[in-house]
Amino acid sequence: MQTPVLEARHISKRFTATQALDDVTIAFNAGEVHALIGENGAGKSTLMNIVGGIHAPDSGEVLLEGARLDLKSPHDALMLGIGFVHQELALCRHLSVAENVFMVELGAGIRLIDFAHLYRETERLLASFGSEVNPRQKVSELSVSQQQVVEIVKAISKNCRVLIFDEPTAALTQTETETLFRIIETLKAKGLCVIYISHRMSEIYRICDRVSVLRDGRLIDTELVSGIDQVSLVHKMVGRELTDVYPAKNERSDEKSPVLEVTGLTLDGVYSDVSFSLYHGEILGFAGLVGSGRTEVARTICGLYRRSAGETRLDGKLIDFHDYRDAISSGIVYLTEDRKAEGLFLEMSVASNISVIDLDAVSRYKLIDRSREHGLASRFVKEMGIKVAGVASKVRALSGGNQQKVLISKLLNVKPRVVLMDEPTRGIDIGAKTQIYHLLRRLASEGVGVVMISSELPEIIGVCDRVAVMYEGTIRGVLAGDEINEQAIIRMACLDEN
Amino acid sequence: MAKVEVPPEHTAPDTSASTGGARMSIGKRLRILGGFREATTLVIMILICVVMSIISPYFMTANNIRTTVLSFSINGLVVIAMTVVLISGGIDLSVGAVMALVGVITGSLFLAKVNIWIAAFAGVGIGVVIGTLNGFFVTRVGLSPFIATLAMGNIARGASYVISRGMPLPLQSLPPDFKYIGRGMIGGTGIPFLILLFAIVVIAFDFLSRRSTIIRRIYYVGSSEKAARFSGINVTRLRMGVYILAGVLGAIAGVFSISRFNSATPYYADGVEMILISACVIGGASLNGGEGTIFGSILGIALLAVIQGSLILMDVSVYWQQLVTGLILLIAVSLDFLTHRKKKQ
Repeated sequence: MQTPVLEARHISKRFTATQALDDVTIAFNAGEVHALIGENGAGKSTLMNIVGGIHAPDSGEVLLEGARLDLKSPHDALMLGIGFVHQELALCRHLSVAENVFMVELGAGIRLIDFAHLYRETERLLASFGSEVNPRQKVSELSVSQQQVVEIVKAISKNCRVLIFDEPTAALTQTETETLFRIIETLKAKGLCVIYISHRMSEIYRICDRVSVLRDGRLIDTELVSGIDQVSLVHKMVGRELTDVYPAKNERSDEKSPVLEVTGLTLDGVYSDVSFSLYHGEILGFAGLVGSGRTEVARTICGLYRRSAGETRLDGKLIDFHDYRDAISSGIVYLTEDRKAEGLFLEMSVASNISVIDLDAVSRYKLIDRSREHGLASRFVKEMGIKVAGVASKVRALSGGNQQKVLISKLLNVKPRVVLMDEPTRGIDIGAKTQIYHLLRRLASEGVGVVMISSELPEIIGVCDRVAVMYEGTIRGVLAGDEINEQAIIRMACLDEN
Repeated sequence: MAKVEVPPEHTAPDTSASTGGARMSIGKRLRILGGFREATTLVIMILICVVMSIISPYFMTANNIRTTVLSFSINGLVVIAMTVVLISGGIDLSVGAVMALVGVITGSLFLAKVNIWIAAFAGVGIGVVIGTLNGFFVTRVGLSPFIATLAMGNIARGASYVISRGMPLPLQSLPPDFKYIGRGMIGGTGIPFLILLFAIVVIAFDFLSRRSTIIRRIYYVGSSEKAARFSGINVTRLRMGVYILAGVLGAIAGVFSISRFNSATPYYADGVEMILISACVIGGASLNGGEGTIFGSILGIALLAVIQGSLILMDVSVYWQQLVTGLILLIAVSLDFLTHRKKKQ
């Protein structure tokens, strides 16, 4: 039995109406990768924010190597050896890599900076993770995964003993994820304790040693990953057996007519010669790596980008949209992959967020009828099972899953014939994911053509009737029925043809 | 959807109340919270009025009230424009210069024997042109609104000096029906025509800002430009429209000013932008866009005018006025920050 490097004892924390943590006691060992799982709102982030010095607990204590900590800020935690790699990366985008890595040191006192030394040191640290990023480069010029390495290096340079990763793979491609896993292995070998928060089961089985499950602010269980199967883990997480994660697929029938036909669609420099058909009542998956052109294809179809060549037909009629507005009025809507930045008006009410696309439907003489607007929103809140205090609540106050449902409501309000969903379940918990899968299936069964772009293979395989796999800007092939499996998709999405 | 059995989500526990009645009451409470900022401004205003009417018997007289309201009637038109610009997430630092330039151009045309109404119409046209240019540089060229309108403001201010050769234009010879706009009284009531006009415009714009689909779309754009674009809103056209509106209202204020003061001065309304922005922020607008109301901003500018008037009544040196304006701004914004922080928790 090892002595834990980091311990949380009897931690409780309350936010006005919510008991976020209730008497949680948990220990993390040196040299282990410890997964922390739970649905959104289970208390994972709150616990890590307390350990990371962002929040103070109402009661209970945090111990590092047996010594009680009194953390007042994330800076305190970092200096004591607890690093935090945030989901939304927290780097200064306009500064160089080296300046970011040594931000704490540079901020202390008025001295002259020995940049040559700074760059050398940063380069050495980066090299130890196999990263060839130039320390002089601005952070804004780096990819997300490169930035993540910079964050890791920043934490490591302070001799961290504990490193917390909050959903680190959410924005990474498959190759980048592999690199991250190798880095985590290195950290583990160096004797660090890695705390790994994730929604993705496969990752936990891949790299974690132990797993702790939180639910409703309580610690449910800590187990060796090797000693528990996925089904029981999910069971512990949601508190009950989760049947029907994926809805039943559609019976294939070949005489169906296409609702959307895309031929030779090209956006110079991004993708070329993309052709596919979408049939009434089917869910067509788009698999492939991040950057393979899936998002851009969807955005071109609905007029957000200007095509370079190719044509699109809706119900056999040639369509040419100049902007998104045209697409909406023909019945094609697009769900953005970036819910917070491109989807929602976070500071506005649920009602205003749902009515935005078709304000005229709740207006007379261009004047909004607020009771009609609220009525519309209430209908969707009920229909979609959105958990919210009232339709006048700000969207910012909602959980990720509920925000996503608001976003989907906004699109469904215009009764679309084709929905293009870009990563519809990103960053939401498994309960809400299931609801969205069933919703997509219900839309399909009502005759709507559904496109689902996703980087999560299990949901592509579980939900879609057919799957188009993209590779570097082309469609490698379309799989159907029994052909849809993990190996086939990965082979098409990742492997060079030669 | 409802048929699917799924685990409950663990959001705030009070969300379990889903009955219509409970929703309404929570919704109402939120709306009151949302209007809180206007309420604070209103309370401060009432407090000052109560205290002042005790200190000075002259404060609550019709004469003083008329003078005070008149003092912000012209700037009040432009504060409406500034509010809309701020809601859209922009800023317009050229409105003061537009007021001066339009006054000078209208005045010069009149002195060149052009019919005053045609001259005024031409002045408003200048406002449209400047607003369009602002909108062009912001939306098409992609300059930040701060820089684009700062430059345009300097150009307009410079032009008004060039045209007037730096001297005020005496316009005592303006026809009486034009003078009526700025100096006339509504027969028998003792209410200046300008105040009536101002009140009508304010009420109309406040109503529109709460109800009209166009202004609602401006709120969307200010709240998140990208999300607006991904909701099929024509962001470019709306932002363009916002700067044109600012140009037009600035121009109308410029025309009113020469009617009221019988002269057109090139240095008129110099630095007025900062007062307008202060008024908007005191009234609840945010420089980040998406927030603010016409009513709030008018309250803001009225509050500043009342304070200024009070200081004069109390024989406090005019040099104190700017200092007090700064203090009020600081207090109002701090209050806003603190209440927002509380709400977020």
